[in-house]
Amino acid sequence: MNSSSVTQYLLPLLVVLPLGGAFLIQLSKKISGLISDIIANFIVVVLVVLVFSLLNSPVLVYKVGGWMPVKGIPIGIYLVSDGLSMLLLIIINTIALVSLFFSISYMKRFTNKPLYYTLFLLMIAGMNGVVMSGDLFNMYVFLEVAAIASYSLVAFGTEADELEASFKYQVMGTAASAFILLGIIIIYSVTGTLNLADIGRVLKDKVTEAPIILTGILFLVGFGLKGAMMPFHAWLPDAHPSAPAPISAMLSGVLIKAIGIYALVRIMFNVIGVTPIFSNMMLCISAISMIAGVFLAFAQWDFKRLLAYHSISQMGYVMLGIWLMTPLGILGGLFHMLNHSVFKSLLFLNSGAVVYGTGSRQLKRLGGLNQKMPVTGCTSFVASMSIAGVPPFNGFWSKLIIIMACIQSHHFFLAGLAVLVSIMTLVSFLKVQRYVFFGGLKQALKDVKEVPFTMCFSMILLAFLCTTMGALLLPGAKELFIDPAVNALLNGKEYISLVLNK
Amino acid sequence: MKGMTEIVKTISKLLAGLIFFYGIYIVLFGHLTPGGGFAGGVIISGAFILLIIANGIDEEKISRGKEKVGFLESSGIFLFWIISTVGLCMGTFFFLNFLGKGRPLNIFSAGTVPLCNIAIGIEVSAALCCIVIALILVKKGDKK
Amino acid sequence: MIYFLCSLLFLVGLSGILLKRNLIKIVISLTIMEYSLFMFLALVGYKQNALAPIVKSVTEEVNYVDPLPQALVLTAIVIGLATTALLVALAVRIYEKYGTFDIRKIRRLKG
Repeated sequence: MNSSSVTQYLLPLLVVLPLGGAFLIQLSKKISGLISDIIANFIVVVLVVLVFSLLNSPVLVYKVGGWMPVKGIPIGIYLVSDGLSMLLLIIINTIALVSLFFSISYMKRFTNKPLYYTLFLLMIAGMNGVVMSGDLFNMYVFLEVAAIASYSLVAFGTEADELEASFKYQVMGTAASAFILLGIIIIYSVTGTLNLADIGRVLKDKVTEAPIILTGILFLVGFGLKGAMMPFHAWLPDAHPSAPAPISAMLSGVLIKAIGIYALVRIMFNVIGVTPIFSNMMLCISAISMIAGVFLAFAQWDFKRLLAYHSISQMGYVMLGIWLMTPLGILGGLFHMLNHSVFKSLLFLNSGAVVYGTGSRQLKRLGGLNQKMPVTGCTSFVASMSIAGVPPFNGFWSKLIIIMACIQSHHFFLAGLAVLVSIMTLVSFLKVQRYVFFGGLKQALKDVKEVPFTMCFSMILLAFLCTTMGALLLPGAKELFIDPAVNALLNGKEYISLVLNK
Repeated sequence: MKGMTEIVKTISKLLAGLIFFYGIYIVLFGHLTPGGGFAGGVIISGAFILLIIANGIDEEKISRGKEKVGFLESSGIFLFWIISTVGLCMGTFFFLNFLGKGRPLNIFSAGTVPLCNIAIGIEVSAALCCIVIALILVKKGDKK
Repeated sequence: MIYFLCSLLFLVGLSGILLKRNLIKIVISLTIMEYSLFMFLALVGYKQNALAPIVKSVTEEVNYVDPLPQALVLTAIVIGLATTALLVALAVRIYEKYGTFDIRKIRRLKG
């Protein structure tokens, strides 16, 4: 047997293991608190090992329940992993491992740690399911699993602002899911099937018919709200700061990419097909996201709220790269997605370390923390330089590719906007660095100590990745990680034949 | 939590058993008639919730009950996870229907579907009771 | 005609979310919006002169309506239940902390 027919059986483990772990933690939480730590970390380590062992495979298709296709038409649910899914699986599971390791010490301040691990593992299972699903309704179900887990995690501390932020997030998120469900219903009534590859086959040349245009708009609104694109971003500045720091890192670094950008891109590029009007509309939305995110971040004096606004702006960068629809643009967008998850998670973990050490997130009350918390200060400096696009950190390379792709496709105005936003991001983070880490130590902060070892280890690991991930553009690593993802998006409709012929 | 009037208490004691067994019927015959795990679970939990709301209950009893109900819910969903993963462990597919299928339209047919229905029935009824207990407890909790 | 009524119900739910000021009324409008979609989905599988998809005997050939949307609706109802339960629990906790259900007064996060 060649290797691909064995490795496809590993695909459902990426969903089965976190689900089983979540239920097992709930059952065994009375035995000891330590067991839930061990189970959760062990499962996420196994997930990361699995993902990296699946790395170099061709397109894998797994038929759940063993329901084989009848006369060439797929029945049953497929789990498909091609290059784009593989890139997102790496992002999800690696950031989950780092955040979980960080939260071993951080969550000691909260009650009910086993519940936290359960919800965290459910969120990972949901996100893994979304990026691997080859069936439209299955994607919706896993999206809801991940979203409901994230609603509970945002409200985890049960302070007054956290509850209010979670309520706002939930109402908008459920309305978005209703729009997505309406889009799914319309697609089902037009095509009669729910399998992504089969829908693509039926809809081959019907892209401009009225129901399909309506479906495109509905998916744009629904997934746009889940991914915090500009007109629908209002929940993000309230929800991301209110979550505990490792959850903010997961939400901002992984969730809005997996259920926002990935789902929209998968459906539009591989199944329905993109018309020039739609891609121009998405370019406008990306530009507005970039500019408005960074302008609104200027006025913020709360550390985590500022980071949340910068998330909106960087998501604009990613979408700008992807919706240019040229090879260089898609390469830049996907690479920036990978980089952003690393440095944004590092920034949120830094803010968590600052809150753990000093108890405050307001920039005006902090100062001179470099003397007392050297690890946090150093990694924060690395992350700020990455997000601002300073060479040789990883943000610089991906932003450079996006700007080059804009110039190559004659969108000079967008390239200028991208450079301007990059400069403003640098200014904003210089302000953060000056207020939080440099400068004189305030009286109230005299007894601040460095954070425990597990938190330091996560931050150092992410900072190391920030400095060395520029090397992913070298020919050897690029073919392994990024090229399959770029090809999966470029040869949009070939996804159909690749899946149906397995 | 106070109960309701005498008439409601009497009727609820008479009806709760009937509703409970009706829910069990819907769960067990889920592969032949409409219903199945989820709908039957909701009806089973309806019986218990009716008893709680009509007769009133005091704080300590319900706090002790909450842990038992939570354990029942976790074990129900864990049973469902085991049933679906056995196929994966045996080297074949996830969610495989591995028991014999029997004659159609018999109660002991359709492979693992009745077992899954029972597991989901236990889980949903326990989960809904847990939700109602949590809402009752919050109502009486301390105002900060 | 009946599809038009479903979309009317969807708009009623959507306008409730946007216009109502009480937290519980927002939750109820959200459930109305979801349930209109469930009705729409179950109606998509309708065929003329077909029976409900309950198998009474395996030997006869009978025309059934499409059972797949009905299975999808079951799943979606469970998801809607989980979301509603979480929203209501949050609303009760917000009442504990803020003392009111009015969204004009629950506004500590700004900017």
